[in-house]
Amino acid sequence: MKPTWSITPQGKSGLHLSFSGDWCMEHAGLMDVGAILAELGQPSGTGPVILDGQGLGRWDSAFMTFLLDLRQGCSAGKVSLDVSRMPPGVRSLLDLASAVPEREGARRSASRVVWLAEIGEGARRFWEDGLFLTRFLGEATLAGLALIAGKARFRRIDLWLQIQECGPSAVPIVTLISLLVGLILAFVGAVQLAMFGAQLYIADLVALGMTREMGALMTAIIMAGRSGAAFAAQIGTMNVNMEISALRVMGFAPMEFLVLPRMLALILVMPFLCLYSDLLGIIGGGLVSIAFFDIPVTQFIHRTAESVHLTDFFIGVFKCALFGVLIALAGCMRGLQCGRSASAVGDAATSAVVTSIVFIVVADSIVTLVCDRLGI
Amino acid sequence: MTEAVITVDNLTMAYGDFLIQRDLSFTVNRGDIFVVMGGSGCGKSTLLMHLIGLQTPAKGSIFYGQQDFWRANAAQREQIMRRIGVLFQSGALLSSMTLAENIALPLMEFTSLTSRQIAKIVSYKLALVGLAGFEDYYPSEISGGMQKRAGLARAMALDPEILFFDEPSAGLDPISAKLLDDLIKGLRDSLGATVVMVTHELASIFAIGTNSIFLDPESKTAIAAGPPQKILAESNDARVIRFLTRDDPGAVQHPLEATS
Repeated sequence: MKPTWSITPQGKSGLHLSFSGDWCMEHAGLMDVGAILAELGQPSGTGPVILDGQGLGRWDSAFMTFLLDLRQGCSAGKVSLDVSRMPPGVRSLLDLASAVPEREGARRSASRVVWLAEIGEGARRFWEDGLFLTRFLGEATLAGLALIAGKARFRRIDLWLQIQECGPSAVPIVTLISLLVGLILAFVGAVQLAMFGAQLYIADLVALGMTREMGALMTAIIMAGRSGAAFAAQIGTMNVNMEISALRVMGFAPMEFLVLPRMLALILVMPFLCLYSDLLGIIGGGLVSIAFFDIPVTQFIHRTAESVHLTDFFIGVFKCALFGVLIALAGCMRGLQCGRSASAVGDAATSAVVTSIVFIVVADSIVTLVCDRLGI
Repeated sequence: MTEAVITVDNLTMAYGDFLIQRDLSFTVNRGDIFVVMGGSGCGKSTLLMHLIGLQTPAKGSIFYGQQDFWRANAAQREQIMRRIGVLFQSGALLSSMTLAENIALPLMEFTSLTSRQIAKIVSYKLALVGLAGFEDYYPSEISGGMQKRAGLARAMALDPEILFFDEPSAGLDPISAKLLDDLIKGLRDSLGATVVMVTHELASIFAIGTNSIFLDPESKTAIAAGPPQKILAESNDARVIRFLTRDDPGAVQHPLEATS
């Protein structure tokens, strides 16, 4: 039944507003406070308005919001409402809804953010991030010194668990990616070299490219996505559950207890993964050269051995260990910075990966430049 | 006139082979504030999960009105789920949304109200739980007690007939806990709703509980049922009395005096 209302004069100056029908959410569009207020606004409506719910059918929250609106409108026009003839449920809900007045200053005005303020806010956040990073680096260094001095407090089993998690578990994905990168390098290079009839040098290209650059870089990017994000999510969730505070209180520095095992694990594991990646990349390149460009196996191996020196391996391995430190730092830092909500953990993981990759690429550029200057 | 809203018949709950509780049978009537009590780890919360359809019974059935929840088809189950509201232990507000968005979520999904009408209902619900003006706050920006009340506002968004509470007063100070009890009672009275509450808060149990069931972790079944005051007065079971008197039978006088 549709909701209806009617107004009849009552006594000398009062008005009688009676409701009938179902005042439910499905009829919310028919509840027009404005129309009632307009009619109440007649000169006769100076006394109290008596609300009558005798004929009221079903009602729910929509009716309650309608009544609250009505009351607000009436109090603006200095008209009082008499609810004594409403159902008891309605009366007690009205009381309940106004029992706790709105706290002063609680409401927020949805102010529009000016673009200049946004830039300022961004700059401030960047600066704070930088400060946090500096402090974090300092603390990490101290923790590293404590480790060397043999005073760092962490569980050795954690280190082994992290090594297992970062190393052997990552082998399948490293295998796949490295093999494919080797294939791609060989293909891209071969097409260019074939123009000069110099396909034989694919071996040089792949071997040098993998050992000096791609092996380390691809391993680092895989580990940033795999372990960096995992570190941030683990530590972030611990932060949400107040586990970090618990550790602090028990006398464990999160830097030693959480960050050190992860960083050590990456430093120990990444060089091996890097060497493995180099090998797989060279195999991938070899497959392409042998299958598509008619280079004999022995020739390929000979060229590879000829072109790559131990220094090239060392550069790759050194870079990869460095990337390991950066990934662990970025992952753990974002985790410790994490806010106290589910979405904050997600943000932390995302930003750990982004930060790691930025760090990796910047560090890679610097190392490459330095190597170039030093002529190695 | 009592009308059964929920009837639990011979319910056995288990995780795989691990038995939680067996042979539970009880009825929740319209207008009841039904308390599920028992020591920690006795399966109170698991019972709640079964009642709200998040876990499948190992044996037995749960009726909503005349309908067997676990034998109903998906559409009927959906219908039943629309009639219930749940307040989880820590509020379980979605942390990436403001309070207003949290409460508006079911309204937007399951009603045809306009966004203006929804905003009004949201404000009204927040006012009911004493959080007027907090629409634009994120759950992480308000205190635990406020989160709980906001969770209650969300549970009530669709004017459910049955409200479930998991440890409503856990983690609240005595005054806030009392206010929440009053609020639950007030809402039950004015909305005509039925309340099912899992708790071990003695003050709440005696203050607002009208009917109850006592789960025992040792024998893995219910060892007492009925209005809490009556259990305390009439039960001969030492385990029940110890629980209801905080292991101090001397204090048995206090709640009894309150009734007589």
